[in-house]
Amino acid sequence: MSDYVVPVLLAGAALYALARRADVYAALTDGAAEGLKTVWRIFPSLVALLTAVYMFRASGALDSLTAWCAPALGWLGVPPETAGIMLVRPVSGSAALAVAGEIMAAHGPDSAIGRTAAVMLGCSETTFYTVAVYFGAAKIRRTRHTIPAALVADAVGFLAAAWTVRLFFP
Amino acid sequence: MAMDAVWTVLTVTAVVWAAATGRMGQVSAAALEGAAAGVQLCLSLAGAVCLWSGVMEVLRRCGLAEKLAGLLRPVLGRLLPKASANPDTLAALSGNMSANLLGLGNAATPLGMEAACAMAEGCGGRASDELVRLVVLNTASIQLLPTTAASLRAALGSAAPLDILPCVWVSSALSVAAGLLAARLLEGVWR
Repeated sequence: MSDYVVPVLLAGAALYALARRADVYAALTDGAAEGLKTVWRIFPSLVALLTAVYMFRASGALDSLTAWCAPALGWLGVPPETAGIMLVRPVSGSAALAVAGEIMAAHGPDSAIGRTAAVMLGCSETTFYTVAVYFGAAKIRRTRHTIPAALVADAVGFLAAAWTVRLFFP
Repeated sequence: MAMDAVWTVLTVTAVVWAAATGRMGQVSAAALEGAAAGVQLCLSLAGAVCLWSGVMEVLRRCGLAEKLAGLLRPVLGRLLPKASANPDTLAALSGNMSANLLGLGNAATPLGMEAACAMAEGCGGRASDELVRLVVLNTASIQLLPTTAASLRAALGSAAPLDILPCVWVSSALSVAAGLLAARLLEGVWR
């Protein structure tokens, strides 16, 4: 079923654009140029952060962190290997990407751990960055319960990521 | 700021840990391996990210964003009634949400900021209940196609990068619901 998503979406977008007389090829390449800018922008951070993540893993600190978190996360049904993502996701999008990439490379993108890592990445945002951008623009100093509520949302998203992967990919 | 902390904590912990456990050799090799892996990851991500951005741009130019925005108006009227009373703010809000759904971060942020500025007017630097709700909505991403996560899976050789879609939808929905519920419960306490 999911084999159909990408090809049908690509062909469907072309037909939809044709019906609406939109310039499909120009839109596609303009969008791709925009995507290239994104890749170019995260390139230096990915190089820097993967360096740090690889060092962290090689030192054995990552294994110890995973081992410490294992009892609590195991009890909640979350793979302890994903602890790193949960820690950096609210702070930095590219760090989360680097950590998730490292986890998927180590455990396989189609393993339960790899899938959980991807869902965690897909269902959350860089919370602190978003809060800073919006309240910075609106000149808000008293942010009240924003951060706690946003972190509750992140935590529930992470738990749900682990649980849905177990449910849909038994 | 935050990135300084992330980078410093990761590297300093790595060095201290390696010194304590005698793994400095591995850490030294890993630093350069990691840098190379960063380049590789970026290159293998580039294709998928460009393709998805292109598809989303096609859908946007076909007017899908406006259609989604129209569908979202009634929901926003419920969720942010005071802000939605102003037609300009409602337009910015629905544009912000529909761009979020399509994963167009570059389009979502300016619209969200515009709405936030309008909602913050005359409140003396204190976030109103509705403004908190708007920011929580934006920190808990709701995306129809989680293109970055899927691109990452594709780059690392997944057989079906998009098979996580249902998981992402359910998890995002639960995450947003929990965030809004937490905001609702805390707004009376945190004045």
